[in-house]
Amino acid sequence: MIEDDKGPGGNRFRTASGGRIDRSQPVRFTFDGRAYQGYAGDTLASALLANGVHLVGRSFKYHRPRGIVAAGPEEPNALVTVRRDWRRTTPNLRATEVEIHDGLDAVSQNRFPSLRFDFGALNDRLSPLFPAGFYYKTFMGPERFGRGASGAWARIYEPVIRRMAGLGRAPVDGDTDSYASRHAHCDVLVVGAGPAGLAAALAAAEGGARVMLADEQAEAGGSLLGAPDVMIGGEPAADWREGALARLMSFETVTVLTRTTVFGAYPDHLFGLVERLTDHLPDQGRGVPRERLWQVRARHVVLATGALERPLVFPGNDRPGVMLAGAAATYLHRYGVLVGTRSVVVTTTDSGYRIAADLAEHGVRIEAIADLRGRAGEAAEAAARAAGIPIHGGVSVLGTGGRLRVSSIRLALRDGRRERLEADSVLMSGGRSPTLHLFSQLRGRLVWDARHHAFLAQDPLGGVSLAGAATGLVEAPVDDAFESGTAAGVQALAALGMSGVGTVALGASMQSLPPADSVVPVAPVARHLEAASFIDFQNDVTAKDLRLAAQEGFRSIEHIKRYTTTGMATDQGKTSNVNALSHVSGVLGRPVGDIGHTTFRAPYTPVTFGALAAECRGTLFDPVRLTPIDPAARERGAIFEAVGPWQRARYFPKPGETMHQAVARECLAVRTSVGVFDASTLGKIEVVGPDAATFLDRMYVNAIASLPVGRSRYAILLNEAGFVIDDGIVSRLSDVRFHVTTTTTGAARVLAHMEDYLQTEFPELRCWLTSVTEQWAVVAVQGPRARAVLAPLVEDVDLAPDVLVHMAQTEGRVLGVPARVFRVSFTGELGYEINVPAGYGRAVWSALLSAAERVGGTAYGTEAMHVLRAEKGYIIVGQDSDGTLTPRDLGLPVGERKADFVGKRSLSRSDMLVTDRPQLVGLETEDGRVVLEEGAQITRDSAPAVGTHAVGHVTSAYHSAVLGRSIALAVIEGGRAHLGETFHVPMPSGVIRVKVVSPAFYDPKGGRLHG
Amino acid sequence: MLQIRCPWCGEDRPEIEFRYAGEAHVVRARLPADESDAAWAEYLYLRTNPKGWHAERWHHVHGCGRFLNAIRHTVTDRIAVTYKPGEPRPTIDDQQGPTP
Repeated sequence: MIEDDKGPGGNRFRTASGGRIDRSQPVRFTFDGRAYQGYAGDTLASALLANGVHLVGRSFKYHRPRGIVAAGPEEPNALVTVRRDWRRTTPNLRATEVEIHDGLDAVSQNRFPSLRFDFGALNDRLSPLFPAGFYYKTFMGPERFGRGASGAWARIYEPVIRRMAGLGRAPVDGDTDSYASRHAHCDVLVVGAGPAGLAAALAAAEGGARVMLADEQAEAGGSLLGAPDVMIGGEPAADWREGALARLMSFETVTVLTRTTVFGAYPDHLFGLVERLTDHLPDQGRGVPRERLWQVRARHVVLATGALERPLVFPGNDRPGVMLAGAAATYLHRYGVLVGTRSVVVTTTDSGYRIAADLAEHGVRIEAIADLRGRAGEAAEAAARAAGIPIHGGVSVLGTGGRLRVSSIRLALRDGRRERLEADSVLMSGGRSPTLHLFSQLRGRLVWDARHHAFLAQDPLGGVSLAGAATGLVEAPVDDAFESGTAAGVQALAALGMSGVGTVALGASMQSLPPADSVVPVAPVARHLEAASFIDFQNDVTAKDLRLAAQEGFRSIEHIKRYTTTGMATDQGKTSNVNALSHVSGVLGRPVGDIGHTTFRAPYTPVTFGALAAECRGTLFDPVRLTPIDPAARERGAIFEAVGPWQRARYFPKPGETMHQAVARECLAVRTSVGVFDASTLGKIEVVGPDAATFLDRMYVNAIASLPVGRSRYAILLNEAGFVIDDGIVSRLSDVRFHVTTTTTGAARVLAHMEDYLQTEFPELRCWLTSVTEQWAVVAVQGPRARAVLAPLVEDVDLAPDVLVHMAQTEGRVLGVPARVFRVSFTGELGYEINVPAGYGRAVWSALLSAAERVGGTAYGTEAMHVLRAEKGYIIVGQDSDGTLTPRDLGLPVGERKADFVGKRSLSRSDMLVTDRPQLVGLETEDGRVVLEEGAQITRDSAPAVGTHAVGHVTSAYHSAVLGRSIALAVIEGGRAHLGETFHVPMPSGVIRVKVVSPAFYDPKGGRLHG
Repeated sequence: MLQIRCPWCGEDRPEIEFRYAGEAHVVRARLPADESDAAWAEYLYLRTNPKGWHAERWHHVHGCGRFLNAIRHTVTDRIAVTYKPGEPRPTIDDQQGPTP
């Protein structure tokens, strides 16, 4: 019944009628550059098979020719790369899931120069040299290349092996597609829209539940899509399917998602779904996201995920044309494709007989059924005999023939005779394993069921129902799946406290397993044939590899998995895991149930990074924070740097200036005239309440309770272990109101730290913390002319030196804008920090800068700020301190007169009092032109022996324009006892001699602050 | 992603709204100065780290901003109950928890 009129390769294996493809809609596509035709409704796999193409890939390790094995997501071999344009290339797609459309451009992978002739196939000839654990055993030396990341493995072997043993290539350039994401909640999530899933969704929807039904295929229906003769409740399955879908769609409370894979189950019933929106469309749906990530929180989940057929393990079982029997049936009934014209069915199940009879009825010549078991069920055998199929029971397979496609199979018959049968396809029926990936991810326990030769769900799991083949009903009639689905839907309703209209007894789905369809364990392979008997097709793991692992002492299946890589490929062992366990069980002589199974991990099938990232790309990946002054700084040509999430102006170069020149100019301007600086990123917390002073006194090392209104204090924050975690200025605006600043990157951390103590340790204190970082723009005006610049611009602010003294603050107006004016300095010069409501920040900064420029001042950025504070020995928390330094180590006050504050008790622990703790000091290089490298190690000796303990490291290092030489801050063990002594900084270019000095390089007495 | 019931908001909210904040019921001494070095070191650094039910603190940092306590099973991740700081630790019937 094969159409014969399409010319060579032209759908020669397409049936004249039947299937769900649309023969009136031809679709043209290319595979490896060659043009083919399929029909709307085809997958790439079905269309290639219709054209007689079985060879679709080369295997991972041995580069063996490989063909299509399955018809669904479990496909291990037929991985292809789909190219849409040079940036939109997707590797490792399963041809069984790629829907064809006009213009589809797919290519095979892991072959050079071509699929039919591949140099890498040399590996296959050498396969005895590549046993399990080959890489671990072989690529160890030579030692002279070093070890670990710099060793021979990383430098020589790995790059070569990665080129040879590979899958598809990931595109190098950015993905130009867009992706979307959505969060959703539902009462019942039904996974799988086969007969069981449809029935479950219907039952739940009829009971009033909000239902989401997701299926990975293009259409809902599951097994019904390839089952033309099946009847449900007296009507043809196709009609029932249409009716069920229409009924579901009529509920406003039901969402049906096709082309949607539920790839992961996460705690508290969160499910990850990926919906493929445009890959199947010829024009890729311009403007539409390519995929959508759904994060669904479901109160109850029904797993109607079906079952996956297992291959059989025999020599040559990986040749193109050797495939799953159930897949052959699917290709026939769903796609109208015959996978061959002469087939041998190798089986350990009765369903193999049924499929053989079915195929025979549709014109395939079944050369034989080779049953690896002793005997089959009577009904199955009778059906096959009626179709005139020769049956051989109790056989073993000796091998298959053919190069790029199977052409024969050799059998050892029960009576000892050997037989060679010509065949263009060999169909394997090894039983089916319930698809319990999600059940296992939900931490449901799986137990080995010897009758089914499969893992089944053991105990009921809260909030989870199983339905259909997933329960173990793997060979049962569709009516059973339908009934079990209805039961699951009703069970879901009951669990949610809703009543269903169904009448099926609760729990039926978990209990009413029919007698197993006499599946027998995988027939053992003769020892000398194990090397050619593949278990994991995608990772090229053979029966021999598993035996070797067991012989070498591996016992845990998790270890065997990692040693042999079985089950570790992109298919995660969907077709191989049970066969691997069975084989290991045989080698070790232990029951499969004792060996257990490896962990099922999300995702069920690979998910694109695009879908997982969704909208969080580009500027939305890690959004930056900009100050209100940012646009003005950009207009001034500032160069920016990232500081935590902020973009800050680093320096303001004049035309032709280098960074070094610009920073030197900005520093000198602050020292001699005036500089204007955007300090808006400083964290700001307002602390208000009758106990605000008490609270801050307990939080900071410094005395806050005694701080007068109108005054500020530099304050150090410790964690309870006594280490400096932040610093800032605490200003008392009134008896009950404080304005507290934090470091730029510490703002959120400090607020959380304070909230923690306020809420959980000192809940009796009445005060409230409010972040006001973004409410205030801050302009620092620093330098000897700061007062002169500011004076004409303020109202209600007395700037007189003896009124607004250093560390005093007041409120008034600046440029007519309400302002908090703090006289503080992070430069060592006379300075003010003007806080204005954020919306005025840009105007105030610009006006103050103009005023400053009229007296020779300038804008300065963070780099100059760093240099200026280092000249004064002021620390930056996180640069000069690293979370292991106490205030004593840093030469800061330790709050000795206070009874308690967070961290105080720790400061008197014995380890905190030893004299060789790291201490902050200044360093001067002998040659003032040399600027040390931050992070450089410091030693006592000029030529320390290898392995000598470094006594400290450089934390900050700059060229100081005002001092005309380099300066550095460092922490050195017991450093303050070594003032004036010489230490060494060994660098690749030579040892640098440095002298230990006080960290206050400039104006050590601080007279300029009080100008 | 866990769902955590915030006892202040009275809502089940996703884990990403919260930040973990260490073991609960580790009380800071009223007068730390009176603590011995050993007792203070224990307060600072030693935690119970049980396999099973664990009383721990979470901060609803992207929600109401309040701290809360939760009893979570460290094997199954199930949170049996959440409650406000200062309230006594509830006892959990082990039978009610899912077995690991």
